[in-house]
Amino acid sequence: MPGNSQELVVRKIERGTVIDHIPVGQALNVIKILGVGGEKHTVAVVMNVASKKYGRKDIVKVEGKELSTVEVNRIALVAPEATINVIQDYKVVRKNRVKLPERIQGIVRCTNPSCITNKPREPVTPTFRVLSRSPLLLLCEYCGSRISQEDVVKQYAG
Amino acid sequence: MFKGRDVLSILDFSTSDLERLFRKASTIRPGNVLKGKILATAFFEPSTRTRLSFETAILKLGGSVIGVGGEEATSLAKGENLADTVRMLDAYADVIVIRHPLEGAAKLAAEVAEVPVINGGDGKQHHPTQAMVDLYTIRKEVGRIEGLRVAAVGDLRYGRAATSFLYGICKFGVEKLFLVSPSPLRPREEVLEFLKASGVEYELTSDLEKVMGEVEVLYITRIQKERFPDPSEFEKVRGSYRLTPELVEKMKEGAIILHPLPKVEEIDLRVDESRHARYFQQATYAVPVRMALLSLLLGGR
Ligand SMILES: [Zn+2]
Repeated sequence: MPGNSQELVVRKIERGTVIDHIPVGQALNVIKILGVGGEKHTVAVVMNVASKKYGRKDIVKVEGKELSTVEVNRIALVAPEATINVIQDYKVVRKNRVKLPERIQGIVRCTNPSCITNKPREPVTPTFRVLSRSPLLLLCEYCGSRISQEDVVKQYAG
Repeated sequence: MFKGRDVLSILDFSTSDLERLFRKASTIRPGNVLKGKILATAFFEPSTRTRLSFETAILKLGGSVIGVGGEEATSLAKGENLADTVRMLDAYADVIVIRHPLEGAAKLAAEVAEVPVINGGDGKQHHPTQAMVDLYTIRKEVGRIEGLRVAAVGDLRYGRAATSFLYGICKFGVEKLFLVSPSPLRPREEVLEFLKASGVEYELTSDLEKVMGEVEVLYITRIQKERFPDPSEFEKVRGSYRLTPELVEKMKEGAIILHPLPKVEEIDLRVDESRHARYFQQATYAVPVRMALLSLLLGGR
């Protein structure tokens, strides 16, 4: 039985970031996308807890780290409805909803092997237009291929 | 406005842009309006018609040609990156025509170059000037594009000419599109999405015989082995359609057959004699259309 009380599983952190309202199953992808899975960060992951809004959700807490705007936007690739809570002295001092920009540059690779953005040694940054936010669907501005959320997650998981 | 513009995709051109191009193409005459202008060709894939018709076009307008292709292009591509090759041509020429096996190569070239870049074909994606020639041919040979029933036959998945043709023809409000291909060669998802969004009625079929009597324009393409990610997939579909005199007999009076050429086994040689065949005429129109395009891009009158 999944837990119903957040208090049971979540210790408050003194300083850092709480990423809330992550779709169930995406917490580890959020960690991968942020690159906080290594030895430098203390990370708490809460999976599959009850949510007023969604029924079930995941939560990720990163101790001692405030996220930059770029990092916040990157989260939107896998958790378009996430809320970012910045914590200082055990209190929420700032609350932001993630926002996916209309164009995404550099953080996602094109899945088409014959796309010019996959050619090494060319001055080109993979660039996508966001066709849909939830579920994520991206359009490569160079080759016209469509990239799904699944494709994006696979890149970070790989 | 055409002056200084890049020509990357037929989608970037409105119907009024295209009408302007067609008007220019039907009146343009050889002369010296582009005297002193240099066209650079960079062909990283074999090409005969596209390259030669661009070269003919600039020469007829008084300009000249430089270029890399064949062996030279291959060894160039091994040594330096595409961006550096484009920077060199940008320094020497007034306009660059590029053909490349990778999708998006022309867009990259356009970002690097100051001078206008014309996409002469990028992988399976776009071939905008071929689509311009195709649409112009229909306008000249049928008299209109609007309201026609059109069949696109062949490799609609990896063939860039067919894809660009579909994008182009949708702009003019055709009545119905028949997409005729073996099922592995149906248009890519993004192309079908585009057709849906543009509101054109279309039908996917593999039955060529059934559409012969339905259409005013039949656009047929060859299957290109080098576009297939998997060669065994090519073996499965090669020779899966062929236009024969018996099929052509079923066509409506005044209906035309187009092909971007080169053609191989998908058209029976006897069809060349048919009053419906217009693909040689279509190849002839390539020169005035490209003359018109160069003259508009380079600001000649
Ligand atoms: Zn791409």
